Amino acid sequence: METNKPDKVNPVEPDKVAAGEQEGPSRRELLVKGGKIVAGIGVASLLGNLGNWALSYAADKEPIKIGILHSLSGTMAISEVSLRDTVMMAVEEINAKGGVMGRMIKPVVVDPASNWDLFAEKAKQLLLQDKVSVVFGCWTSVSRKSVLPVFEKNNGLLFYPVQYEGEECSRNVFYTGAAPNQQAVPAVDYLMSKEGGGFTKFYLLGTDYVYPRTTNKILRAMLLAKKVPADSIMEEYTPFHHQDYQTICGKLKKFAAGGGAAVISTINGDSNVPFYKEFANQGLRAEDAPIMAFSVAEDELRGMDTSALVGHLAAWNYYQSVDTPQNKQFVANFKAYCKKNNLPDGEKRVTDDPIEAAYFGVYIWKQAVEKAASTEVDKVRKAVYGSKFLAPGGEIMMDAANHHTYRPVLIGEILADGQFKVVSRSKGLVKPEPWSEYTNPDKGCDWVGHQGTYQK
Amino acid sequence: MSTSFVCLVEKRFTIMMIFLGRTAATLSLIGLFLFSVQSWAIAGEADEPGATPPVVSSIEQALSQVTSEDESVRDAAIRTLVDQGDAGLLPRLEQIRANADRSTRQAIKPLMDSLKNRANLTSPSTDVRRSAATDLGSAGRVWAIPWLEAAAANEPNKWVRYTMEESAALLRLASDDPLVRTVAAAKLGELCSQNGVTALKKLVAVGEGTEATEPEKVVAKAAGEAIQRIENWGFWSNVIETCFRGISLSSVLLIMSLGLAIVFGLMGVINMAHGELMMVGAYATFVTQQCFMAWFPSDVFDWYFIAALPIAFLAAASSGLLLEATVIRFLYGRPLETMLATWGVSLVLMQAARVYFGDLTAVIAPGPLRGGAQVMIGVYLPYNRIFIIGLSIVCVLAIYYTLFGSNLGIRVRAVTQNRNMSACLGIPTRKVDSYTFAFGSGLAGIAGWALTMVGNVDPGLGQNYIVDAFMVVVTGGVGKLAGTIVASLGIGGLNKLIEPSFGAVYGKVFILVLVILFLQWRPSGLFAMKGRSADS
Repeated sequence: METNKPDKVNPVEPDKVAAGEQEGPSRRELLVKGGKIVAGIGVASLLGNLGNWALSYAADKEPIKIGILHSLSGTMAISEVSLRDTVMMAVEEINAKGGVMGRMIKPVVVDPASNWDLFAEKAKQLLLQDKVSVVFGCWTSVSRKSVLPVFEKNNGLLFYPVQYEGEECSRNVFYTGAAPNQQAVPAVDYLMSKEGGGFTKFYLLGTDYVYPRTTNKILRAMLLAKKVPADSIMEEYTPFHHQDYQTICGKLKKFAAGGGAAVISTINGDSNVPFYKEFANQGLRAEDAPIMAFSVAEDELRGMDTSALVGHLAAWNYYQSVDTPQNKQFVANFKAYCKKNNLPDGEKRVTDDPIEAAYFGVYIWKQAVEKAASTEVDKVRKAVYGSKFLAPGGEIMMDAANHHTYRPVLIGEILADGQFKVVSRSKGLVKPEPWSEYTNPDKGCDWVGHQGTYQK
Repeated sequence: MSTSFVCLVEKRFTIMMIFLGRTAATLSLIGLFLFSVQSWAIAGEADEPGATPPVVSSIEQALSQVTSEDESVRDAAIRTLVDQGDAGLLPRLEQIRANADRSTRQAIKPLMDSLKNRANLTSPSTDVRRSAATDLGSAGRVWAIPWLEAAAANEPNKWVRYTMEESAALLRLASDDPLVRTVAAAKLGELCSQNGVTALKKLVAVGEGTEATEPEKVVAKAAGEAIQRIENWGFWSNVIETCFRGISLSSVLLIMSLGLAIVFGLMGVINMAHGELMMVGAYATFVTQQCFMAWFPSDVFDWYFIAALPIAFLAAASSGLLLEATVIRFLYGRPLETMLATWGVSLVLMQAARVYFGDLTAVIAPGPLRGGAQVMIGVYLPYNRIFIIGLSIVCVLAIYYTLFGSNLGIRVRAVTQNRNMSACLGIPTRKVDSYTFAFGSGLAGIAGWALTMVGNVDPGLGQNYIVDAFMVVVTGGVGKLAGTIVASLGIGGLNKLIEPSFGAVYGKVFILVLVILFLQWRPSGLFAMKGRSADS
């Protein structure tokens, strides 16, 4: 509860003031010290913009509060806890290097408990009561939809780190995960290409909620546009927590007979294991009909019995196996962080796409705050546009107007150890398009030249 | 023998000579001698002198030509390699491929796949042989036909032979000769091959076209007949598969409702934590597996699953005993409070599992329960499902024996029918209650153990199954085991009957609506208790 109180930040934090001193003198001393610094650096300010920064440094040394809105209990905890850990790690790194504009970052962690209504409530609490400058959070689309009105009404700022179905263009959200044209569409493009196997029949299989439905709507439109006959596209949904995939695998077998068929899976969460198991047990192989999954990443695979999954595919914008020096460092840091803080599974933890997106989201915000020299949402927002950052998986760039992120697209093959081998990589970064060219060709998203979603 | 020995000795001698730097005359003399011995040996080995060296060189030549810019040269080279090469060339091709440009890489890929699959056709593992045959069939390279036919002739396994013949026929279907195509189509029809339907349909379409020639029409007719035959077979195999799926789902439903049928059905306790007792069984299986991994040699690993059965039963039974002694015993006869209290317990257990085990939990299926048995063309019965069907039958028999054939069973039935009277007759009702509850909980543990074979092990496992389990017990009629069995068969079968045409989501909706309607009509379920029971 302590962290949630509307605290008038107590300047006497033991690590900042010499031990044993009283509150009064220490504050005075602090101010004096600050004054000295101002005086010292004030001279330097003549040289440039530095003075501004120094003034603000002295004026409010109080930490900047940020909110972390990820489920720590309930069904989504399995995925979201890792994102909380990642954001905390990024904050620790930033604080260790002197914070943002010389101010420490103080995370306020709340637990919306995988409950969509609670997400909105907790978001309200973060914005109005804790007055955080920015919130990092949400995983499922339904939780994002639930907090959206809160952020828009109170002009908050949310960094959303997970790939999603698109068709959204909020002024108060930055989407660091993939839009449909950065994951689903290139994945199917790859399957249709000669190099990807030249597949001609597609079985779109998903859990019954907004993300799979919208994604499959886009994919169907795309396949039809590419002259795939309608009877070569099958679409099927299962309820959440579906466990019995016998009938579906039977249908799939019939569909795949004769070759050229691929499965596009948007199955979510705990239904994946029964599905892959049944698929293998009915005598189907990855060579007969590969399963291209959009919701299976390293974090879900660790601890899973991967024997039934080897050879199947996934599409993401980052894998732990991406070979860049900064990624090696990032993976090592993450494992070390989990071990040091005694988080469950410690060193066995892995990184994946949403984790990377959550991580660089914090840095994008930091850069923007430093550029804007303010934590005010309106100024920060402008500073985010077009900013770049060398993320673990390579350099990424925020779009100049549509609040989404330029990212590379990687197709990976599942290996026995739960890691991915990259089999295809996009040329450079892919521009994010929240409104798909296939389902909404006339719509665009622009917060600079237009007011959000506009008609082209 | 003796010559080669001499040759060897001489060779060594030669090297020594060189090393020592003796005169050139000696060297050349011995070299001459060596050469003559060697050429004699080669001529002796190969019956036709001079035949072997050109083959070696033609492969070498082809290997150097596969990287050629000229497509026809490259194709000819690939052809040569296919005809004369074997899997031994793979490392070299891999090397060539690594350095080649994109078009060459793509040209070499099918060649390498073919050679690899050809080698795999003689692998000792049936799965590998079968995969290789399927791949050769779907790759569409005519050169694989003789390989497949040769392999099929020596193939001991019926289904692998089937796949080889099917693949060969599929490849022949692309032949230029209409007669070959007709024979191949007939063969596919005979084999009832689902994989052939797409290609056959194309032939039919060609034959029905306006510009079809006479032979094409003949082929189309044969293809049409084959399709008819395949579809006929497909219909029946579908019927059989649907029946199996229905039975399999029923057995899953049955095994998870058996424990509940005793706890809720016989004792009248609404235990919302029943699902979490299944979870306890599943986690007990997981823990046993981890112990086997850590402490036992890997060749006995598969036995962990057998060892986990009593452990899962005892773990769940003792949790049940504890639950009964600490919570439920104080709430007998107060269903609402029992429900709320046990629901609270279920939440506690779930979060405890989440905190303690996290998400790094997966039970690896033991070897014999992986994969499936092919019983007919196109019909696979997964071993894990056959296993669960068998297990549910065994459990039902065990319960019937316990309840109707043992002393404990008589007491249990007596207490559940009339508690006061049984107490009067000297039955320790308190003890019987806790044993019955523990037994029901233990059955939940067994269900959890078995369900690790089809689903995952996670804290939400109980929640996934509990609703279905209650539905089965209520529909079957509270207090009647036979009702539970019939209801699970009915619900499982109906679900699988509806699902193919309406999809999984509506399948579930339909079932729920049907259950509601049914309960309107017969509120006490399929098999209603007759006469006076303890509750009424």
